[in-house]
Amino acid sequence: MSINAAIVGYGVYLPVYRIKDVEIAKVWGRDVRRVPIKEKTVPGPDEDSLTMAFEASLNALRRAKIPPIEIEAVFVGSESPPYAVKPSATVIAEALGATPKLYAVDMEFACRAGTTAMGIVIGMVSSGIIKYGLAIGTDTAQGRPGDELDYTAAAGAAAYIFSNPGKDTIATVEGTYSYVTDTPDFWRREGETFPRHTFRFTGEPAYFTHIIGAAKGLMEKMGLKPSDFNHVVFHQPNVKFPLRVAKMLGFTMEQIKYGLLTGEIGNTYAAASPIGLANILDHAKPGERVLIVSFGSGSGSDAISFIVQDGIESRRHLAPYVEYYIKRKKYVNYSTYAKFRNLLKMR
Amino acid sequence: MAYTKSVPRIWRERIRKYRLLGGVCNDCGKVFYPSRRFCPRCGSGNVNKVTLPRTGKILYFTVIRNAPTEFKSFEPYILALIELDNGARILAQLTDIDLEEVYEGMPVEAVFRKYKEQGRDGVIEYGIKFRPRE
Repeated sequence: MSINAAIVGYGVYLPVYRIKDVEIAKVWGRDVRRVPIKEKTVPGPDEDSLTMAFEASLNALRRAKIPPIEIEAVFVGSESPPYAVKPSATVIAEALGATPKLYAVDMEFACRAGTTAMGIVIGMVSSGIIKYGLAIGTDTAQGRPGDELDYTAAAGAAAYIFSNPGKDTIATVEGTYSYVTDTPDFWRREGETFPRHTFRFTGEPAYFTHIIGAAKGLMEKMGLKPSDFNHVVFHQPNVKFPLRVAKMLGFTMEQIKYGLLTGEIGNTYAAASPIGLANILDHAKPGERVLIVSFGSGSGSDAISFIVQDGIESRRHLAPYVEYYIKRKKYVNYSTYAKFRNLLKMR
Repeated sequence: MAYTKSVPRIWRERIRKYRLLGGVCNDCGKVFYPSRRFCPRCGSGNVNKVTLPRTGKILYFTVIRNAPTEFKSFEPYILALIELDNGARILAQLTDIDLEEVYEGMPVEAVFRKYKEQGRDGVIEYGIKFRPRE
């Protein structure tokens, strides 16, 4: 069966707070010239992956221009849900006004769950089970203080509404591909506050193998080559990895420039590649082909190819651009960051 | 304490706290929050539910420096009476704001945030707050 789905609305959200990597490096005695990114987003004390998902979804609804009650599926991809047991999807759907005739579930696959949510909504829309479905990637990522992840683990959300292609479609889905193996490069056990990772093991057998597997798999399946795409976005735990994998696959800096935001906002985990995709849509022209390849530890990658449609021109200004959220910022020092992130022991 | 930790209470109040659902009186024109069965101004039962605008301005505010236990981690914080763009008034907590930034007439927008937690193992309460609008 062929894919019959398209993006009809998209939206992002980033918290207003930022911390500079130099500030983190000073606290932990690291060479301030050797930090992985410039700065990262920090969620406010009353924000979590659920509240950010709501804001991104509201922006997606503004672009989709549909009443929230028409949403028939809410799938939330996150590795930082506020509850261990109790879905975020129900709260988000209730707040949006999409309940009760609804498919809703929380999904976890490290940094990958956002695109997997997209894939499932694409399937449900294509099959005719639902008319409109909302897929969200959202995270307030945890990094152990002083660990490499403390310098990059950030917060953000992206939401996509899919439906059958119509006259105001933003981008049609051209193809999807998923690549998964059991590769334990990063995990967080039940009840643990911080994740653990296996340092360099995260690179070759995990990030690079899966992203390349999914990207090549999709291109072979679709009969496409890197030069057929105008824009590409890869999962971005740092700036180095996506640049390297782009080069390995044969993509240029020009193709990757809109999708690569980690240096400015940090790694937003399940939201990372979906936020990059949103920034591409903020800039893309109708007819352009876009590739998104996510990566989630554990490990797996989704590759999805889109063709931007005319609807982008009349829809993108209906909600704030990614750039608006990147520029809207307030810096905090490490003490405030520690307070906001509940890193201080109170009892 | 039993009341503030009530789970049925937050379940009952979830729609009005999540959605900015107000009422409009078809007799006197008053727009109010939250929605209720009778107009708070003229007492008419001829009211409709209406989704209120998410933007408005601060009419008055006060700073809470000695907060109830469950809000302790947010203090000092600002409570403001906000007039939404269609005239409805709502009392709400401000967020993403430093004390020295706030002023009467400040443009604000609604956001969905965490209100409080009913203890470490209790339910988390969410709802509308307001933040400065650029």
